[in-house]
Order: sequence, then structure tokens, then C-alpha cells
Amino acid sequence: MELTATTTIRKPTSEVYAFWRDLENLPTFMAHLEEVRTTGDRTSRWVADAPFGKDIAWNAEIVDETPGEKIAWRSTGDADVPNAGTVRFVRAPDGVSTEVHISLVYDIPGGTIGKAVAKYFGEEPHQQLDDDLRRLKQVIETGEVVRSDGAPWGKRAREEFPQRPAQPLSDAELAKGADR
Amino acid sequence: MRANTWAGRNKVEVRDVPDPRILNRRDAIVKITSTAICGSDLHLVDGYVPTMQDGDVMGHEFMGEVIEVGPDVPPERLRVGDRVVVPFPIACGACGACAAELYSCCENTNPNAGIAEKMFGHPVAGIFGYSHLTGGFAGGQAQYARVPFADVGPLKIESDLADEQVLFLSDILPTGYMGAEMCDIQPSDVVAVWGAGPVGQFAMDSARVLGAAKVIAIDKEPYRLQMAERAGHIPVNFEEVDVRSRLLELTGGRGPDKCIDAVGLEATHGSAHVAAYDRVKQAVRSETERPHALRQAIMSCRSGGVVSVIGVYGGLMDKFPAGAWMNRSLTLRTGQCHVQRYMKPLLKRIEGGELDPTRIITHRLPLEEAEHGFEIFKNKEDHCEKVVLKP
Ligand SMILES: NC(=O)c1ccc[n+]([C@@H]2O[C@H](COP(=O)([O-])OP(=O)(O)OC[C@H]3O[C@@H](n4cnc5c(N)ncnc54)[C@H](O)[C@@H]3O)[C@@H](O)[C@H]2O)c1
Ligand SMILES: [Zn+2]
Ligand SMILES: [Zn+2]
Repeated sequence: MELTATTTIRKPTSEVYAFWRDLENLPTFMAHLEEVRTTGDRTSRWVADAPFGKDIAWNAEIVDETPGEKIAWRSTGDADVPNAGTVRFVRAPDGVSTEVHISLVYDIPGGTIGKAVAKYFGEEPHQQLDDDLRRLKQVIETGEVVRSDGAPWGKRAREEFPQRPAQPLSDAELAKGADR
Repeated sequence: MRANTWAGRNKVEVRDVPDPRILNRRDAIVKITSTAICGSDLHLVDGYVPTMQDGDVMGHEFMGEVIEVGPDVPPERLRVGDRVVVPFPIACGACGACAAELYSCCENTNPNAGIAEKMFGHPVAGIFGYSHLTGGFAGGQAQYARVPFADVGPLKIESDLADEQVLFLSDILPTGYMGAEMCDIQPSDVVAVWGAGPVGQFAMDSARVLGAAKVIAIDKEPYRLQMAERAGHIPVNFEEVDVRSRLLELTGGRGPDKCIDAVGLEATHGSAHVAAYDRVKQAVRSETERPHALRQAIMSCRSGGVVSVIGVYGGLMDKFPAGAWMNRSLTLRTGQCHVQRYMKPLLKRIEGGELDPTRIITHRLPLEEAEHGFEIFKNKEDHCEKVVLKP
């Protein structure tokens, strides 16, 4: 399965590139990631968020990079869901913003993991990636993922629909957090 | 705290809800001192804006005192104790739309942008108390509200102006003003305004302030037309006269140079069978608008004129007079108001006495009586023009 998405961020390419190149930032906006840990100059360890498939983790390496322009990576070893990605950073015509073009390829296996991944992406798989990029834009332009009363848990806005009412959260809800 | 909530179609209810907390680092919590009911709230209550949920806190016109700020709100921008008016669109101040001062189209403040994008092609900003399509933010008809991006939107009031003089900077005064500003008013212009509700009244006053030669008010409620007349505008009652003929008469046959739609999707029509056509289509949801005012504005406007739309539309419209629009070189301009753009300049005009926002207030009620407020505002009872609620 190949997914593509794009957004424009009102920051210079160098800044957007640097944010992405620190792969540990990816889980702040990519809904399917729990954690990414850098293990070497080009290598990293990725842990998926539960709905993507419980206890899935894999190693990845950067296979191509041009500072300020492009990063390409792929999973290594026997990943449960072999995957690869490329992100390109292009100066927008306004001269101040950066266009982010991302492409992800998943090799979806059979079995329970394949089912979990397919369920995660749902009927309109590109929407997840669109939402990821929306959050990337929020984080880089405003500092954080934006929360509302109806969609308080940032990365989970879409799956919460229909949402809790647009009224403040109770102490119990706040204490419970995004746990499902 | 107590808050006025949406309780299904045609029903609002003041209930106990939790107090708001800081959720993002640039939030503030405001203790509300004054809040208002808007024509936009009627669209929600009447069920014409999708994605409302039982228990949603209503209200997007409010002001009050800052009682808490998040860690990333710079103290030079906002502090505990500040008195602020809060603009209804939530804007981040950093995206492309905000950089272009198109605050109601902010690209970052709507957590449900994906859903809005499906309906509108591109997403719109978050709005307080205005459905989940615009973010699912609790509104301001309450004792307290959480205000995201508190370092961007809220306007500090440092003078001793009363709440009632500045409250409407949150929405309807900037909205009316933007409606007039989009008309590029020239000194020779006759400006016709459909709707003598609060938004229409301020569009009329703004057209005058921007130098229009004549301002015409079109509505069917005699008391609202009288209010416009007292402010110096020319009333036209669409239930008593044929609007087009009357407008031709008032403009030497040219038609108004500029037309403002301050009615929106729940317009009524003088002729029963035309009204029935759209009412039925709207009821079965094969059309979401009842666009009588907009159609009439387009047909009436002089060739080459501007039709400025500040009345709210939500979806799809039937029988849009595209021929009149295209063949007569009309310009159509519109938008949810970019309130942040207008707050400071309009505060100056209030301080200078050029605009008196208090002239439209007819009712002051405790928050507990919000339901009654909605009823009289919606049904035009007791000469209701604008209700201010006191939490
Ligand atoms: N663009 C924005 O940012 C913005 C902001 C606030 C409000 N609004 C919208 O502005 C509109 C007006 O708001 P309001 O608070 O004044 O509401 P309101 O309901 O009090 O006023 C609407 C008025 O229009 C009159 N009307 C109905 N049908 C008409 C017709 N065919 N011709 C002429 N007049 C007609 C009604 O009698 C009423 O007096 C609403 O649609 C509201 O949602 C837009
Ligand atoms: Zn309003
Ligand atoms: Zn913005």
C-alpha cells in the first residue's frame, strides 16, 4: 500500500527538515507511532501505537538524505510490517514556506497484524496521513497539537468521532487521559 | 460551573458542567462577565449546522477577566487580571491564513479539520461553541471559558469602557464592519442591507461610517426597521412592499450600488409559494439553505456592483442566480469575519464616539434565563433585538 500526502508549513525548509531529521519527533504527530529512538547516525528503533498492531517494533535506517531537501528511510531486518518512506521539503512559491511531500509504502502481511494495520487505515487510508501532516504543521507552527473539548486527545481526533460533547473535561476524564 | 448547552433541535438548557482547564500551553481561562446570543446560535438551535452534540456549550460572543494563563502565554501579552474581549474565531497567528489576516480560515485551530475539509473543500478555523465541524470547542455562554491561543486573539480593554460598549467586538461589530468594508464604499454609493438583526444594524452603521451616501434597511419586523430608522437608515418592509420596485425608486432606477446579505440561510420570503419551495427542500435536506435574501440582493444590485455576504450559509443552495451575477459583472465577497483584524480599529471608533454598539441591546438577562433569551430572540418577541447574558 502506498500513501502520499502534502502540506505547506510557514517555516524555512532548513527548520522543517531539521525537525523531521530528528526522528524522535515523529510520534508527536504521527498517530500510529508510540516512540522512535535513535540508535545510530542513520539507524533507529520504531514502536507502533497499539491500534496499529500490539507490540510491534522494528528497526529502520535512513537510506538517502540531502540536508534541507529530502530524507528516505526503510525498515530493516524482519519487520512485521515492512515499510519505507520518503519525505521531500520544497520551498513554496511565497519564498517563506516549505511544502512537505511525503510518501509511505507498507507491505501489509496476512494474519492478525495485517488485519490490525488494515483496520487502522480504514476505508480511506490517506486520511490518516493527511491528519498526521496537519499535526506536523500544528507542532512546527504553533508548538503543540491543538486540543479541543470535543477532541481533547490530539492525535486521536478522527477516531473519536462522534466526539464527547464540547464541554470541559471532568477531573476523572483528565486523569484518565487518552487511555482507551 | 453553569453553562448554556445545546440539548437537541430547538432546545437549549442551562446545566452544570465541569470547570474548564488549561489543555494547551498557550491557553487562558477567562471568567466571563458578559456574553451574548447571536443569530448564528439560532442556526445551531434550529438544526441547520451539522455535528452539534447534546451537551455542547454554546456561545461565541464573550468577554471577561483572565484568571489563569498557560505556561507559554507571554506575560507582556496577557496576564491574570487582564480584562479581555475574545474574538469568536480561534486563530494561531502563525499559519499562512493568519499571516494574510484571514483569521477565520486559520489552518491550525480546528482539530476536526479533516471533517470540515470534506464539507468545504478546505478546512476552516476553530470557533467557540459552534459545532464539532469547527473544532468542538466549548463556548462562552457560561461562567468560565478556556481560550486557546490566548496570546493571539483576546483584546485587552485598558480603559473604563463598560462591558456593553466593547462586548460586540467579539463578533457582530467586526462582522457588520467587514460586510461594509467588502463593499469598497464610494461617497456616491447607495448601500442596501438585507436583515435588520444585530449584524445588519452594525453593517448599516459601518456603511455610514465608511461614507455611503444612503443606507437602506430591509426586513419584515417593524420594530427592527424602526431601530434602523432611528439610526438614520431608510427602512423597507419586504412584507409590505415589493423590494425590487422600492429599491429602484430609492436609487433612480439604478439599483443599490452595494448590497449586503446579513440574513443567511434561514431567510423568509414574502411570497408563500417561493418560501415553500426552499422550506421543503431544506426540510428533506436536499438543500441546506433558504437563500431568499441573497437571491434578491443579486437580482437588485446595479451592474458592476458588489454583493457582500455576511449571513451564514452552511452547505448547498438551489437556484443561485448565476446569470444575473455573471452577465452583469457583479462581485460576490464573503467570509466568516476575520475578527482579530478589526478589533483594535473598531475599539478606537467606539472610543471616538463614531459607533455606539449599545444601541441594539434590548434585553439583559441572567445566564440562567438563556432559554428564555433564545426564545424571544428567535421568535422576535418583546421587541427583542440583542440579548446580553450575565453569568
Ligand atoms: N460572517 C460572520 O462572521 C457572521 C458573524 C455573526 C453572524 N453572522 C450571521 O449573520 C446573520 C444575521 O445575524 P443576526 O444576529 O443579525 O441574526 P437575526 O436572526 O437576528 O437577524 C436576521 C434578520 O433577517 C431578517 N430576514 C429574514 N428573511 C429576510 C429576507 N428575506 N430579507 C430581509 N431580511 C430578512 C429577519 O427578520 C431578522 O431580523 C446570521 O446568518 C448569522 O449567522 C455571520
Ligand atoms: Zn455571533
Ligand atoms: Zn493560523
